[in-house]
Amino acid sequence: MEIIQTGKGKLIQPPDINAFREWNRRKSKVLTDKRMSEAEAVTRFIKDGDYIGTELYGSVRAPMSLVSEIVRQGIKDLRVAGQGVLELDLLLAASLIKELDFTYIGLELYGVSNCLRREVESGRIKTIVEWSNAALTWRFKATSIGVPFIPTRSMLGTDTFNYSAALVVEDPFTGDPVCLVPALILDVGLIHVHRADQYGNAQIDGISGFSAELARSSKRLLISAEEIVDSEVIRQAPDRTIIPYYLVDAVVEAPFGSHPGEMCYQYRRDEPRIREWVEAAKDPQTTRAYLDQYIYGVKNHQEYLSLVGAERLENLKFGAAT
Amino acid sequence: MKDDHQPEYKPAELLVCTASRLMDDNSTAFIGTGIPMLAASLAQRMHAPNLVTVFEFGGTGAILEELPLAVGGQSTFNRAIAATGICDVMETAQRGFIEYGFLGGAQIDPYGNLNSTVIGDFNQPKVRLPGSGGGNDVGSHCWQTIAIMRHDKRRFVEQLDFVTTPGYLNGPGAREAAGLPPGTGPYRVVSNLAVLGYHPQTKRMMLIATQPGISINQVVENTGFELVIPERVESNPPPSAEELQILREEVDRDHLYI
Repeated sequence: MEIIQTGKGKLIQPPDINAFREWNRRKSKVLTDKRMSEAEAVTRFIKDGDYIGTELYGSVRAPMSLVSEIVRQGIKDLRVAGQGVLELDLLLAASLIKELDFTYIGLELYGVSNCLRREVESGRIKTIVEWSNAALTWRFKATSIGVPFIPTRSMLGTDTFNYSAALVVEDPFTGDPVCLVPALILDVGLIHVHRADQYGNAQIDGISGFSAELARSSKRLLISAEEIVDSEVIRQAPDRTIIPYYLVDAVVEAPFGSHPGEMCYQYRRDEPRIREWVEAAKDPQTTRAYLDQYIYGVKNHQEYLSLVGAERLENLKFGAAT
Repeated sequence: MKDDHQPEYKPAELLVCTASRLMDDNSTAFIGTGIPMLAASLAQRMHAPNLVTVFEFGGTGAILEELPLAVGGQSTFNRAIAATGICDVMETAQRGFIEYGFLGGAQIDPYGNLNSTVIGDFNQPKVRLPGSGGGNDVGSHCWQTIAIMRHDKRRFVEQLDFVTTPGYLNGPGAREAAGLPPGTGPYRVVSNLAVLGYHPQTKRMMLIATQPGISINQVVENTGFELVIPERVESNPPPSAEELQILREEVDRDHLYI
């Protein structure tokens, strides 16, 4: 197969599909209780320099309690699959990211991320490799289906390709140019779900984002759930299970785990709190003050929820009198 | 409907109404954050009740009763026909099922290429922008893309600092040569000064209509490259009283965007 063009970006996490198969073979299939706190999950399963990814994103079903714990523990030099909003902003705010496979980090309707700007424009983040959102997700898909790369028609002809680690090759069947994106295997994946049992069988309501693909691309997978349910609840509706237990290493009970983001059918975004972050993030000092107040200043997610306040949280629920 | 005394409107309202009119009933449209969401909601209430909105993270065919604040938010699959995931949506686009794609960016060039990655040098950027996200995919796979832009010389530039999303690349035939799907590409640009298209042969940006009260000269002066000016340039009708009322009282009733 002739290589027509090579993206000049670094392949931050070269995939080894055979090693991943071996890893998956060794992964325990025993039904064990994997419930633990955020602190224990992060301490046991994430270390400095790991390559991590989060799902869904920032303001929607995001694993905010787990990410806050990473910040609290100061796990650093992280390499990150860069698709996010508030959750990746927190890691950037605390200068914990070293390398980024990048597709989108911004604040959606509130515009550019000032934390991203400071980290990149100062040169603190040394490596940024560009991808389209589909390309990055299809990299997870390649891992999910157990192949070393996947062909796509995204990124062709652009600088997004030029600054990626993809290849353009001649399609061996037709001779047309096609873009190949390499499988992406995460050291650690973090996903927030609606419900899970103690073993890690996890269900998501509403859109499923890229949870199925990210879960299947993670060597270690940390699940936070709004609710821990009896296994029988899962077995009564197995069609809703997106993540089977054997993919999962830790199950963390985290009600309002996506706050200040939303959780569909359960609670809305906390818009004033999101705006508070948008404002705080404009300046390094106020950014630090926000982290001091909402992350370093609390011991865990339960204390964070107390700080936010039960009444405020209650009012975010669908059906609450507002 | 012609208004005798023209209602006042904000520039953002003009963009929403203009973009909304480009959304056909019974068509599929890839919708991003901001103006496209408002435009889609307005279109569904005006002329396109069966506009199939497609959102990046899996919402397909939502009825936009509440304005989404995020492309993965619950409103993006409100009373929808399907709530799947990003792979399903992107794969649907890649196999040719999505007619329109709505895009934005910090810069656009004469061939409709867009930059949303960096201002300045990639390795030492003056401004690091939020990146492609799904932009590159929308520009690669949707049949016709529509860019929504504020119009000035810093945004309409001859040369982009970074080509995030493909337009016609460097001219006729370039998309196909790069391997992008034949028959796809930029269709319109909606700005606060004009509606623009592309010359069928040269694929360079061409003025189609000026916005109300804007002269051809003003469009030319605010564009950083040579525009194709056809013999006949239309004048875009202003937002109607009905459009403005629906936009203000229903679409963005909580004034989240405007």
